[in-house]
Amino acid sequence: MSSPAVRKTAPAAGTTPGTAQGPPLRRRIALVPTLTLLLGAIYCLLPVAWVLIAATKSGSELFSTFTFLPGTGFADNLSDLNAYRDGIYWQWMGNSALYAGVGALLSTAVSAISGYALAIYRFKGREAVFNILMAGVLMPPVILAIPQYLLMAKADLADSYWSVLLPLVLSPYGVYLSRIYAAAAVPSDVVEAGRMDGASEWRIFTRIALPMMVPGLVTVFLFQFVAVWNNFLLPYIMLSDDEKFPITLGLFTLLEQGANTPALYTLVITGALLAVIPLIALFLVIQRFWSLDLLSGAVKS
Amino acid sequence: MTSARRRSYGVKGAPYAHPSPTTTLKRARSAPYFFLLPATILFALFFALPIGYAVWLSLHKVQVKGLGLGSGARSEVWAGFENHTDALTDSELLDGALRVLGYGAIVVPVMLGLALVFALMLDSDKVRLAPFTRLAIFLPYAVPGVVAALLWGFLYLPDVSPFYFVLEKLGLPQPELLDGGGLYAALSNIAIWGGTGFNMIVIYTSLQAIPAEVYEAAKLDGATPLQIALRIKIPMVASSLVLTFFFSIIATLQVFSEPTTLKPLTNSVSTTWSPLMKVHRDAFGEGDIYSAAAGAVIIAVATLVLSFGFLRAANSRTKQEAAR
Repeated sequence: MSSPAVRKTAPAAGTTPGTAQGPPLRRRIALVPTLTLLLGAIYCLLPVAWVLIAATKSGSELFSTFTFLPGTGFADNLSDLNAYRDGIYWQWMGNSALYAGVGALLSTAVSAISGYALAIYRFKGREAVFNILMAGVLMPPVILAIPQYLLMAKADLADSYWSVLLPLVLSPYGVYLSRIYAAAAVPSDVVEAGRMDGASEWRIFTRIALPMMVPGLVTVFLFQFVAVWNNFLLPYIMLSDDEKFPITLGLFTLLEQGANTPALYTLVITGALLAVIPLIALFLVIQRFWSLDLLSGAVKS
Repeated sequence: MTSARRRSYGVKGAPYAHPSPTTTLKRARSAPYFFLLPATILFALFFALPIGYAVWLSLHKVQVKGLGLGSGARSEVWAGFENHTDALTDSELLDGALRVLGYGAIVVPVMLGLALVFALMLDSDKVRLAPFTRLAIFLPYAVPGVVAALLWGFLYLPDVSPFYFVLEKLGLPQPELLDGGGLYAALSNIAIWGGTGFNMIVIYTSLQAIPAEVYEAAKLDGATPLQIALRIKIPMVASSLVLTFFFSIIATLQVFSEPTTLKPLTNSVSTTWSPLMKVHRDAFGEGDIYSAAAGAVIIAVATLVLSFGFLRAANSRTKQEAAR
């Protein structure tokens, strides 16, 4: 029997206790939903499981043994990757950490102050400013990135760390989330009380409002961190010196070369595994703290 | 009201050195503009200026004098809408647009359909393993698009893929996933894999916000869970469905990194597979930034028209529903 029939008589979680709920059903499992979700989970975990196993294979095993059978070459693959171009792989990882870390930090600061201003103050042009910032979401990144590159080149900043860092600092989505969060978390009475005590607007923001906004800002930071870490297009356009590449671009060039030298495929696979580990680890740690409500912008106020 | 309270505090000769009411008010008035200064400067430098520059470029072309050698032989001249009409009649750009529309016609409904189904399943009673499956399905969000395309790219390679291995052992025909029509399925699958979890969370979050009493009432009226899902849950999360739909359309129109990543693995992804790839090729492969700018401007306008059209349609729809 399928789950809907089971559910018909089963009380919903969190319903009022004490009401008549029909015949007692002991721990019946809703089979269809559980199985559907399990299939979805298998589908989503499959490539990750594959890369975990494929990274253990030597170059010859990759093409000859069954894909889900572990190989014997993991240590060799690691040391090959480590030795490749004097460890440029680790340089790429470091660059990604730098772009994502610094970029997300700056972006969160700008989002926080803008979102706070848009949420707390009533001023002329408020909605206009907000709408113009939001229109940035709609701009296809290539449309921005090509003229950004040409302008950066004119300013002699193309192919520099700045060229990848600066264009990402203003995040329309970050401003949007910060505005929602400031409106929900900072009561106007508190701001008013700060004013009556003679605090400056800046002091009210840094000492009173900012601490109240911290949980929401953590979300903005993490969201930006993932967005910058996963970014490919901007560095692809801006950078030509591979010492400054983030990991996404580094792996892509490795794959491009691998098309001609299949021996590099094992490096690409091992590199992809190592590139995913920090983000998955971060993801597993933060998902406990990460307010998913905020991610979707659905704050109950 | 607030100003009245402040006035009582700023009386002259008050024991504390409070700022006068007028300065506080002025400061409070100018403060938001100061606070918005960083965002405004960044917007001007990295959004408005590049967009303006792209529009300017799209209206110009290079005129070459003589052999085009030496300084001054190449000069920028006004071209009007020449580049735009060229781009609009360019078969490569149109083919790319059609490919992306075909790709989007698979990705958006399948991804959002799966996201909605998973969200409803997560929200149902007595479901087991919900935290684990929710996390597993959301996990691809943490995987960069390039890495996702790379992983799936290997899984599509007949020599490496477990699917081909199984099909071969079973003596079944092996589909070509990196060629012809199979490429659409291959690319769509990467986008669906990467995006379903995020959309699922957005929908699931708004499902959780529906008060339990609503279901209670429906159950007392004898509604089946399927009826509750179709008649209550889905209409009540309509606004987040609109949101996810909107973002999915924009993301689809901008597809770039996945086909670019698959390119080294197959010969059937051209450098102009998607419109954005063509724009990139024009700018950096051919060095023709004027044509590239025109293509970029056209794509931007098309994106804006499509997304605003969609938002308007969705808005009038919800207004109608509300009026009923």
